[in-house]
Amino acid sequence: MDKNSNAYTFIFAIAMVIVVAVTLSFTATSLQPMQAENVRQEKMQSILSTFVGDSVTIDGQKQELSRSVASKIYDDFILEELTLDNKGDLKEGENAFQVNLAKQLSLEEDKQTFPLYVAEFEGSRFYVVPLRGTGLWDAIWGYVALKEDANTIEGVIFDHKGETAGLGAEITTDWFQERFVNEQIYNESGEIVGVEVVKGYGGGDNKDDNKVDAISGATITGDGVSKMMENRLKHYKPYFEKVKKSGKVATR
Amino acid sequence: MEDKKIKNSEENKSEKKKEMIMFLSSSEEKEHFLSKANRKILSDPLDDNNPITVQVLGICSALAITVQLRPAIVMSLAVVFVMAFSNVIISLLRNSIPSRIRIIVQLVVVAAMVILVDQILKAYAFDVSKQLSIFIGLIITNCIIMGRLEAFALGNGVYKSFLDGIGNAAGYGLILIIIAFFRELFGSGKLLGYEVLGHKGATLAESTGLYALGYENNGFFLLSPMALIVVGVIIWVQRARNRKLVEEN
Repeated sequence: MDKNSNAYTFIFAIAMVIVVAVTLSFTATSLQPMQAENVRQEKMQSILSTFVGDSVTIDGQKQELSRSVASKIYDDFILEELTLDNKGDLKEGENAFQVNLAKQLSLEEDKQTFPLYVAEFEGSRFYVVPLRGTGLWDAIWGYVALKEDANTIEGVIFDHKGETAGLGAEITTDWFQERFVNEQIYNESGEIVGVEVVKGYGGGDNKDDNKVDAISGATITGDGVSKMMENRLKHYKPYFEKVKKSGKVATR
Repeated sequence: MEDKKIKNSEENKSEKKKEMIMFLSSSEEKEHFLSKANRKILSDPLDDNNPITVQVLGICSALAITVQLRPAIVMSLAVVFVMAFSNVIISLLRNSIPSRIRIIVQLVVVAAMVILVDQILKAYAFDVSKQLSIFIGLIITNCIIMGRLEAFALGNGVYKSFLDGIGNAAGYGLILIIIAFFRELFGSGKLLGYEVLGHKGATLAESTGLYALGYENNGFFLLSPMALIVVGVIIWVQRARNRKLVEEN
């Protein structure tokens, strides 16, 4: 057959596309369960690490909080997974762990579902709020653990899809996330403003001003973190107010 | 009679010569795996024909992923894999690819390899895959890969194409790692995440190592233009050392 004929070209193209498509879809389908499990375990690891830290003591043995360890101990520490609406009431029939924040963000505020994890660790109670927003190039997300007063931050964890390595991607590092510890999310007038990432911050270790120092060269990612914290956290205010009034966590 | 004899012996000689030539050429066909020519295919792209500093290809990713050493190393390994195997596949298909759609065929092969790598990493090496994030997808757009498929794999045998892929990816990776070394060292005072220059505290008193002497990191090294300047310096050093690369006029 003439290699330059139209028929040959078409047949070659079709055959190639079929072979490649079959190979790729076979790989993707057969690996999908493992990938999904990795993602699930990583989510558990992220949620736990905001208040547990990098390592955890199980049966007297100190272990690194790896993905597999996290998935084992997740149910021991997470008391409740709540889904709320923006008035602070419980939404029935939804699984907080399965809520896709990326999809929720595209909805109107009164239609969104706000997941909240209530945890207990070493005798104290923590509220873990999932965050999601946009950085410079793509999505950024994270979890923030609040202490029992629903105001002081116990710990945060951030992650990103495609921020610049060495600049915006540094939001995933411990030294940046440690800056948020013990910061307050309420401002002086009692509104939730989150924590702002400020360039050239001179406040040192001041924990009362809702501000932390930014990463040089990562201004837009830092602004994204500030916006993400404020935009997500403020919707939990009605719920936190209710809890404070009643003195206990509303349960199902 | 004597003349004939002489002629005969001469003919014999020439026949022997022919045999010798035949023998030599057949031994050339059964070339040794790491013969001189093959070694040259492997080593040429490291220096004389380096994809980045001589062919000036793949500059884009040299800017993007050289802020830190670790992603640069993992990226180099991924490129070695993708390049070697797409070269092999294209070389296997080289006699049946219709020339009018050869670029599309190359693109499909590279894209398929990259997706394969990405999927496997996500399942078996989740942490590495997270570290590389978007860069793994960006391998598709690496001009070196397309360049080598077009220039080498389409016209050469499978084994040679394999060597060429490894050589060029290594030449690319070498420059990437050199740039990343300097950028991470001067930009953030670290190598592979370790603080090799000492710890920079909030004040001079809390700092150790060089930072205690008042040393500051050069933030300019974190920005892309510095990668180009480092590439420039590497080219300068390379040409000063390797006179072959210097143009006559």
